[in-house]
Amino acid sequence: MLTSNRKTYFNQPDEQGHFGPYGGVFVAETLMQALEELRQNYEKYLHDNDFLAELDADLTHYVGRPSPLYHAERWSRELDGAQIYLKREDLNHTGAHKVNNTIGQALLAKRMGKTRIIAETGAGQHGVATATVAARLGLECVVYMGAVDIVRQEANVYRMRLLGAEVRAVESGSKTLKDALNEAMRDWVTNIDDTFYIIGTVAGPHPYPAMVRDFQAIIGREARQQVQQQAGRLPDALVACVGGGSNAIGLFYPFLDDEAVAIYGVEAAGDGLETGNHAAPLCAGRPGVLHGNRTYLMEDDDGQIIETHSISAGLDYPGVGPEHAWLKDCGRAQYVAVTDNEALAAFHALTRIEGIIPALESSHALAYAAKLAPTLEREQIILVNLSGRGDKDIHTVAALEGIEI
Amino acid sequence: MSRIAATFKSLRAQSRKALIPYITAGDPKPGITVSVMHAMVEAGADIIELGIPFSDPMADGPVIQRASERALIHHTSLRDVLKMVQEFRVDNAQTPVVLMGYLNPIEVMGYEAFAAAAAEAGVDAALTVDIPPEEAGELLSALNRHALNAIFLIAPTTVGSRIETICKVASGFVYYVSLKGVTGASHLDIAGVEQKLDEIRRTTDLPIGVGFGIKDAATAAAVSKVADAVVVGSALVSRVEALADQPDAIAPALARLLAEMRRAMDAQSQS
Repeated sequence: MLTSNRKTYFNQPDEQGHFGPYGGVFVAETLMQALEELRQNYEKYLHDNDFLAELDADLTHYVGRPSPLYHAERWSRELDGAQIYLKREDLNHTGAHKVNNTIGQALLAKRMGKTRIIAETGAGQHGVATATVAARLGLECVVYMGAVDIVRQEANVYRMRLLGAEVRAVESGSKTLKDALNEAMRDWVTNIDDTFYIIGTVAGPHPYPAMVRDFQAIIGREARQQVQQQAGRLPDALVACVGGGSNAIGLFYPFLDDEAVAIYGVEAAGDGLETGNHAAPLCAGRPGVLHGNRTYLMEDDDGQIIETHSISAGLDYPGVGPEHAWLKDCGRAQYVAVTDNEALAAFHALTRIEGIIPALESSHALAYAAKLAPTLEREQIILVNLSGRGDKDIHTVAALEGIEI
Repeated sequence: MSRIAATFKSLRAQSRKALIPYITAGDPKPGITVSVMHAMVEAGADIIELGIPFSDPMADGPVIQRASERALIHHTSLRDVLKMVQEFRVDNAQTPVVLMGYLNPIEVMGYEAFAAAAAEAGVDAALTVDIPPEEAGELLSALNRHALNAIFLIAPTTVGSRIETICKVASGFVYYVSLKGVTGASHLDIAGVEQKLDEIRRTTDLPIGVGFGIKDAATAAAVSKVADAVVVGSALVSRVEALADQPDAIAPALARLLAEMRRAMDAQSQS
């Protein structure tokens, strides 16, 4: 309690994984022992110099970190407002921030003597990042993916198979990301002795939300240093897209105690919040319990989880990481939503003006930055997490324009 | 004495074991659930486990997942499930009913509102799959206030100190999951189960039910040799699925399977 007279956001979660009323461990008894084993190992290796050195070397030489911080001068001029800086997670190996976490968890799996890796994936980015590190470490890899998403993301399915992973189609429920997560949990319960479950976002039972955050927080640590080197000061605002919320928490976390830095998480408003066809639990949902944690959810009056909609498969999830739920309630971060069309406009703008094709997920963050910039002064700084590259989305975008590739 | 305790006491006096069938409420349509419950009691069920349909049944295998999906086509809600129990109680005052399901529908209704409504409807206990004792404090208080039992799972991976934690808050009976996996899996190791039950019995006097992997009269009898209660779920629900388009045939089919199990268990206990 040394810091009791100074407010800090760095003391979450508590020992049982609670972020205020959110988070926790809500799983069947069959998983409790495995989660306890994971928690103990994670806490041990988090402070193990050998482990951290191995992780650091991989992030440098395999992933290509640090990722650049890029001042998007032309786009900032066009928007006629604040200066926009992009944290280029799209330049990581495999093309998104996901690999920061899969490397960390796979190294942990190896230390724990696990020989088999499982993962769930929506857009396929986390699946590809998992298959990639499994290939490199020589671990067996099974990726669960909703049958609907398999059709939407054919190219990523093929990439995972090239990398030696087995992609299993999930035919239950809405056949999307949430059902893939259910199925991965079922696999884990059944094969608990030799299997490590790499969750791709800051959700799930403790310790996943804290562990994934800690592996992704390198984004914010680098960005905080880079922006001070380049601009001589901290940014005025951070903007990142929020599906499960791993890229967002990765950027936000190291800035949480910098109270002058405004924080915006951008959810997918889909066809518009008023239509109900969206994936914005923080903006338009309410608290509940799903996938091992208490958090904001998209649910009906009976407590059934409802189907979500977003143009971006990576944001198409009915829950959100519990730390975001907590940051929303305590007011440290603000959560907003942008529609499919607004995201598409930002996708095209960045591509044409800066020569960077952003992922549709990241385009949501860009769209909000484009709204925010003109409301700020030219000397002010908005730091946007460009969480992934858009090559995977060109079929989706082309199809909307009636073009078949 | 609670209805569940009275049931186990009376069975013990007769040297018999409890037969506990599980069905998902509203599967394949809400109208038949109460009559199926009565038919199961007539066929020899001692306690009924009634599943609350949920959109994301993480701990269940494909058979019970699909049962939830069928029930949810008709929007079978927790309130509907409670109404079914209330209707069942009109003609049956003695057979305990355990609601089994996931936390979110209960969380949305509110723990106190749920416990009050469940007690009012004639429910005896709740088994909430995804709430371990560590998170269950408020829910347990609500259940206790309304004299409802709280059933908890113990798994093959549950170590000694956790068995104690669980038994401390459990009431009615404890439910041992006989294998690693989800409901409907099929590799049952009776010797391993017996060993674990001995360990649990050193911690608690509560009766122990065993579920997961019990699919016919032979496995029911084998499990009844070592457990106080035999829970059968997927074997029943797969018959509901097979007969989903002829709902009138469901009650007799389930009754037949349960009667076979009942006979095999009773023969086992007399041998």
